Amino acid sequence: MGKRGSAGLCRKEKQKAGGLKTKTMNNNEPLWEVFIRSKQGLDHKHVGSLHAADAQMAIENARDVYTRRMEGVSIWVVESKYVHSSNPDEAASLYDPANDKIYRHPTFYNLPDELKYM
Amino acid sequence: MQNDLFTYTLHLADNNLLMGHRLSEWTGHGPMLEQDIAISNIALDLIGQSRNFYQYAATLRKDSATEDSLAYLRDTREFKNLLIAEIPNGDWAKTIMKLFLFSTWQFYLFQQLINSSDKQLAEIAEKSLKEVTYHVRWSSEWVIRLGDGTEESNKRIKAALEEVWPFTGEMFLPTEYEKSLLNTHVSVNVSDIRNSWNSKVKLVLEEATLEYPENKNTWMNTGGKNGVHTEHLGYMLAEMQFLQRAYPGCEW
Repeated sequence: MGKRGSAGLCRKEKQKAGGLKTKTMNNNEPLWEVFIRSKQGLDHKHVGSLHAADAQMAIENARDVYTRRMEGVSIWVVESKYVHSSNPDEAASLYDPANDKIYRHPTFYNLPDELKYM
Repeated sequence: MQNDLFTYTLHLADNNLLMGHRLSEWTGHGPMLEQDIAISNIALDLIGQSRNFYQYAATLRKDSATEDSLAYLRDTREFKNLLIAEIPNGDWAKTIMKLFLFSTWQFYLFQQLINSSDKQLAEIAEKSLKEVTYHVRWSSEWVIRLGDGTEESNKRIKAALEEVWPFTGEMFLPTEYEKSLLNTHVSVNVSDIRNSWNSKVKLVLEEATLEYPENKNTWMNTGGKNGVHTEHLGYMLAEMQFLQRAYPGCEW
């Protein structure tokens, strides 16, 4: 299970995305997952990953790679090895049971107008 | 007076154009994709700033000068940049050291220039200062990382400091055109920003475990601000200006 962690998946994604990367990359540096909060957003969203020697460098790299077009006002980085993911092979047992539980959706409730962010 | 303002604005523009062009030489050659993008971003910041200065300089002329003609159709003697902006990149460490010493200087310069009596210069300085603040932060981090890194990185950044240091002297030597603009509070008295620059550089070098070259009686290269350049500028301009020289007025 651990071996299927998102770090492995991300690395695969990255190789697809950037040929240059695989050519010049220094593989000694750990991989980091980057989360950016946009001006309007309330949450930090995962935008991709990058290599950096430490957290400071990861934030600077994220700033230079992922916020060039005014995408964000706040950056989180976390080393990919600390991200644990669910096993795709278990998707059926994990997610399918929710399929017929329509009553869990809030569409059956009337929300007061003052309630924001639902 | 008007001519001094023109030359002073060119000095500011040329610093940025040449440092920016040098950094852009790393594009596609950075040690890692992330750093490749980072240094290209900074190159673009600097070239963007130089455009603002050139556009302003062009308006100070009665002739048909444009930002492009100022950048692409002047010869070496007419360039007024600091020598540190034109010397070759060398390895990553030397590029970082150049950028760090230059950006720190630029930071204190622009911090004063925002008070200039010349509105245009003040505004360009204000806009640029945010970018320069990041350049200082980014390059400081790298100086520290290399200095306090491995034996190899320490060796390289140490060599870089020795090589680039003799180009820092002229940053604080005012030229005639800078002096003549002091009375009207247009230019910055560069000898005044030396102390701030020294303390910041000292702080970063200390953290990088590098020795501040304080007591060395180093001979300093000068001349760039008055149009007397190293041999490297000619080659740089040849590459930068080739297209406009070969195909005058060419656009794409």
